[in-house]
Amino acid sequence: MTAAPARHIRARGGLHGALHRSKAFRGYALLSPALVVLFVGVVVPFLILLMMSFWTRQGFDFDTTMTTLNYARAVDEPIFGTFLLRSFWVSGIATVATVLLCYPMAYYVAFHVHRNKMLWIILITLPFWTSYLLRVFAWRVILGYEGVINASLLSMGFIEKPLAFLLYSQTAVIITLAHAWAAFAILPLYVSLEKIDRSLLEAAADLGDGPVRRFLRVTLPLSLPGVIAATFLIFIPTTGDYITPALLGGPDGAMIGNLIQLQFGAVNNWPMGAALSIILTLWIAAIALVFVFLTRRAERVVA
Amino acid sequence: MTSSNPIISIQSVGKSYGSFRAIKEISLDIEHGEFFSLLGASGCGKTTLLRMLAGFEDVTDGAVLIDGEDMTGVPPFLRPVNMVFQSYAIFPHLNVTDNIGYGLRKQKLPKAQRQEMIDEMLSLVQLDGYGARRANQLSGGQRQRIALARALIMKPKVLLLDEPLGALDKHLREQMQLELRRLQQALGITFVFVTHDQEEALTLSDRIAVMSGGAVLQVDTPAGLYEHPRTREVASFIGHMNFLEARVTGRKNGHATLDVAGLGTLDVPANGAALSTGDRTSIAVRPEKLRLHHSAPENGQRAVQGALKMTTYLGERSHFHVEVPGCDRPLAVSASNATLQDGRANAIGQPVWLTWAADSLIMMNDT
Ligand SMILES: Nc1ncnc2c1ncn2[C@@H]1O[C@H](COP(=O)(O)OP(=O)(O)OP(=O)(O)O)[C@@H](O)[C@H]1O
Ligand SMILES: [Mg+2]
Repeated sequence: MTAAPARHIRARGGLHGALHRSKAFRGYALLSPALVVLFVGVVVPFLILLMMSFWTRQGFDFDTTMTTLNYARAVDEPIFGTFLLRSFWVSGIATVATVLLCYPMAYYVAFHVHRNKMLWIILITLPFWTSYLLRVFAWRVILGYEGVINASLLSMGFIEKPLAFLLYSQTAVIITLAHAWAAFAILPLYVSLEKIDRSLLEAAADLGDGPVRRFLRVTLPLSLPGVIAATFLIFIPTTGDYITPALLGGPDGAMIGNLIQLQFGAVNNWPMGAALSIILTLWIAAIALVFVFLTRRAERVVA
Repeated sequence: MTSSNPIISIQSVGKSYGSFRAIKEISLDIEHGEFFSLLGASGCGKTTLLRMLAGFEDVTDGAVLIDGEDMTGVPPFLRPVNMVFQSYAIFPHLNVTDNIGYGLRKQKLPKAQRQEMIDEMLSLVQLDGYGARRANQLSGGQRQRIALARALIMKPKVLLLDEPLGALDKHLREQMQLELRRLQQALGITFVFVTHDQEEALTLSDRIAVMSGGAVLQVDTPAGLYEHPRTREVASFIGHMNFLEARVTGRKNGHATLDVAGLGTLDVPANGAALSTGDRTSIAVRPEKLRLHHSAPENGQRAVQGALKMTTYLGERSHFHVEVPGCDRPLAVSASNATLQDGRANAIGQPVWLTWAADSLIMMNDT
């Protein structure tokens, strides 16, 4: 009993004391490397982008008087809205497709594989160890005019001439995005499913629920955090993607990312590109909030 | 004890996991309205047997009948039984009301009636006003009650409980024991209760099945098990027991004559033992059934003399170890301090005499 207060008093002095006194301080100290990286790598560029979006182009230079002209253009000229909508449409479909396709895989490994689960997960995500670009090119080979699909369908006599819509279309972009981002869906889905206490499912069965109701009332709601995480992890980066639409999209498949890239590249209108980037960010944030709100609601209704 | 229509009839049930026999041919009947306990050490197969009743494990051999119907192939959600899980399995995404009402969804009741049933259950388990709480805002004892209410609202024919009090502290456990017994008597539902705590089983049960190594050793009332254990394993599992080696020297109508190490030749009830002359067996006697004297009893009562080896004073009782010639181990004697002649020195090595009532010696069916 006498040793404890003595230790306490000694601990009060200096930096050591500060560390002990404040839990919050210790938390920030541990976080600080991440905070520095976040600040330098995200917050600062974002602020620069935000500022630039209120400038205008002047020949090869910037006019730094603050104006909302770029935003007015983005609203007025229909091309920007069209591209934005198409981006949300394409990556929305790709996201839904990815989550729907990955959920059964994650479910199978979480519930029906009993040994070497990690090995299964690694095997499933193995294709994603190769470069993103390489995978996009692989899909070109598969979907191309003389690609794997067309060639085999032709040789089997199912079609007379190659299917043109496969490559350089929205379909191609959706298929490629869905595949390229699958790993980002499988992992959070698997983790959330794996975490579900099996006795909860037995309790549901015990209380009269068959397999389908059990899934809808217990498994699905409890795996929602994984579904939400997977959705965000795919939807957010794919809306701004420009590599896949550039390589596989063709004229119909171009997305807002390609437009932004053009502003910073060929068109050389950086302020316009910055404004479009900001608009895209705000839209994604708004969609994300609505999505979280809706899933919360759905969770309550299903239960 | 067996009537014509038991609520549960376990008929030669066995369970194998690969080559491992978790349950070896168990047959027993459980009556309507009984508080029936499965008692046994860890790993003896209690949970496995209970899960076979609930339908979570299929039966490898034999059959389980519930209310006369063969349950083979009937999935858990179609069985008229409900279970309270050891981990409680409270749904974390639902509040208390929705947890308790979970099983009612299927019955398509009007909302008001549903709520009324839930409120009734909440007050039955003394948790009125807790309906809006989430599972993570409940204590262990409260979760336990929710699990109970969630199962009872289904009005099951049988309630299965897998060590429901195992995670609670001693005080709360005793309180919940009383409550379980009260609920069971008030509702008249058959309870099948798994525990490894012999005291809990003795306190709560109408009948107890003592299990070991996947088999049922003995099924009896608490008093029956305590007073007339049939085998050494059962006798040593419940309470404390002295064992004395013995040999059968004769048998006649329900009694056996035994040559007991340390005590000499004795005539005891055969206790259902199918042993014949010459067989080796043992005699069991409870420490509190032996009486300690500091001088030879004068009324001619049968007694053995021994030497006091150890005494332990426990307030209300005292424990003694007495070395008796011919016995390989000292005999444990327990006496209420109120009945001991005080003022006597309980010095180590002092000669003492032990006496016993004729019916306190129990013949074992095994050695
Ligand atoms: N799925 C399984 N596969 C293989 N063996 C199993 C399985 N489930 C249980 N067992 C074995 O069956 C035996 C009985 O297990 P059970 O869970 O019924 O014991 P228990 O009496 O409930 O023990 P406890 O008091 O520790 O809960 C144990 O030896 C256990 O290892
Ligand atoms: Mg168990």
